[in-house]
Amino acid sequence: MIRLEPRNDVSPAMAYLAPALAVLVTAVAGAAIFAALGKDPVEAMRLFFIQPLGDWFSISEMIVKATPLILIAIGLSFGFRAGVWNIGAEGQFTLGALAGGATGLAFYDVAGLWVLPLMCIAGALAGMAWAAIPALLRTRFNANEILVTLMLSYVAVLLLSVLVHGPLKDPDGFNFPESRLFHDSAILPILLEGTRAHVGFLASLAAVAVAWFVLGRHIFGFQVKVMGQAPRAARFGGFIENKVIWSCLLLSGGLAGLAGVFEAAGPVGQLVPAIPVGYGFTAIIVAFLGRLQPIGILIAGFVMALTYIGGETAQIEMNLPSAITGVFQGMFLFSLLGIDVFARYRLKRIRSAAQAAEGAS
Amino acid sequence: MDLLQAILQGVIVASTPLVFAAIGEVVAERSGVLNLGVEGMMIMGAIAGFAVTLDSGSYFAGVIAAALAGAAAATVFGLLTQYLMSNQVATGLALTIFGLGVAALIGQGYSGETTPPLPVLPIPLLSDIPFIGPILFAHDPLVYLSVILVFGVAWFLSRTRAGLILKAVGDNHDAAHAIGYRVVLVRMAAIAFGGASAGLGGAYLSIVQTPLWVENMTAGRGWIALAIVVFSAWRPARALMGAYLFGGVTLIQLHIQGLGVEIEAQYLSMLPYLVTIIVLAVISHDKARAKLNAPACLGRSFYASS
Repeated sequence: MIRLEPRNDVSPAMAYLAPALAVLVTAVAGAAIFAALGKDPVEAMRLFFIQPLGDWFSISEMIVKATPLILIAIGLSFGFRAGVWNIGAEGQFTLGALAGGATGLAFYDVAGLWVLPLMCIAGALAGMAWAAIPALLRTRFNANEILVTLMLSYVAVLLLSVLVHGPLKDPDGFNFPESRLFHDSAILPILLEGTRAHVGFLASLAAVAVAWFVLGRHIFGFQVKVMGQAPRAARFGGFIENKVIWSCLLLSGGLAGLAGVFEAAGPVGQLVPAIPVGYGFTAIIVAFLGRLQPIGILIAGFVMALTYIGGETAQIEMNLPSAITGVFQGMFLFSLLGIDVFARYRLKRIRSAAQAAEGAS
Repeated sequence: MDLLQAILQGVIVASTPLVFAAIGEVVAERSGVLNLGVEGMMIMGAIAGFAVTLDSGSYFAGVIAAALAGAAAATVFGLLTQYLMSNQVATGLALTIFGLGVAALIGQGYSGETTPPLPVLPIPLLSDIPFIGPILFAHDPLVYLSVILVFGVAWFLSRTRAGLILKAVGDNHDAAHAIGYRVVLVRMAAIAFGGASAGLGGAYLSIVQTPLWVENMTAGRGWIALAIVVFSAWRPARALMGAYLFGGVTLIQLHIQGLGVEIEAQYLSMLPYLVTIIVLAVISHDKARAKLNAPACLGRSFYASS
């Protein structure tokens, strides 16, 4: 008989190997699904994972998708370490896009280098404000932040919808629920000529670097780890628990809001009801896939971006439904969480009582 | 039937998916398992119920399929959290993402289709009671089933040996294990029941309430059901009350629009979510009390060291 036995320490080798194994398991399960749908699994896998790496345009599109994923996941990772579950980044992202975009529209046709930074500040603040609600409710009213953040993301999407149907609607837009196209000063500069990859990516890289420093060197990183690993100790420390909850939620809300501005002022270029496309939820997977480590998140962001681009290619070329991306992402997280057990436990063969008695005699 | 009667009857119909989902989650959480995948299990039930009803022409088959689909999805969650001891919060999220994806994938061929309404089954005599008769006793069979389920669970948890074991596992899994109860098996059963029940809730939505298949049609009801469980302090009868309260809020939104009040539809659609947040804050406010009611081992993995 085989059973799991706890390891004395988390195995770093298994912890880092788990994402790779999860990719493998997902690929095998995915191939089975494709076969069940009557598609050639090998061709589907090639379209999904290999094709997008082949040309520069696809790679630039990966950067476009990875930018918000990395930015949001970096913010979430602090909270997840501390046991603060912000799963409504989608809402903070939406609010950021809304506030940043509205700021850009308020200064419509005003040229100036200050417009974009102002939009970014507005977006980040809006994301923080949206995340401050669950922070307040958790610290003052003990309300579960998982449910509050999630409920608020539904509210945020509705709020965006009502505003682009009303006050923010393009006056010359034939009554379509869209804002005006942002003017040049409100559009993020492009990073690579001829693509949609924008300077927001540099902000994501900066966030990775800062997070890496904070986690390893700063007192806040230490507090976050204490709260996650020894909540009782943190409670005896008293003062830090509420402070960490507030910091984690404001940080993740701010970064998600910033990602929202980047999305509006980058690839979309205006406010539309369809700005929230699920990055806030996918970023949760990115955070786990990246082991809640900044560098890991950077890599994981690109891996998940690859599944988006690959999913789109596969949809077009093999006539697959768009839902396939969600199925893949869900399987990914399942297999990762399942495989993770081997970082904390190892398999051990144990002999049954009868066998043990036999051995002793 | 006057307007008030119609509204109250409508509240019961609008609330029934929440009743199913919430009572299932009460059982799972009482056994110490926090399954955040309710939304995913509901949507799996919604598509399975709809597809099977449409293809077979039998509501009975559809309802059974929905319960099985929900239970199957829950079992995946159970295997990961109980046998591989994965984090319950993250695994529940994965279940939601996965369920929404799978349901959309299966549902592709079914958008735009519709099932005929489930026949109403008035209970003789009781439905003749003036005023409350038609409100309470003139519904489709699934509504009765949801209420029977709630009182069945209440009876099971407080009056049966198995129910006491389930609560023991949820409150102190180490002690329950030491006495000789199979913690993991009890929890697997509770998880599967929760899934089946959530699946029924989803099916009620797709084959009775709407009745059609729309992607993401659960629209956060699974999460609201989770809030109802907190609201109910893990007690079945209070979960029923909570579900009717939230269903009522959803319905008010439709009636305000019907009355021609000048307000954008989106603001009204926010109501159920905002009410959930407010109620959650009020209920959780008393920290000591909230802790007293919650199963002590909620969300914690169990590892049998011996």
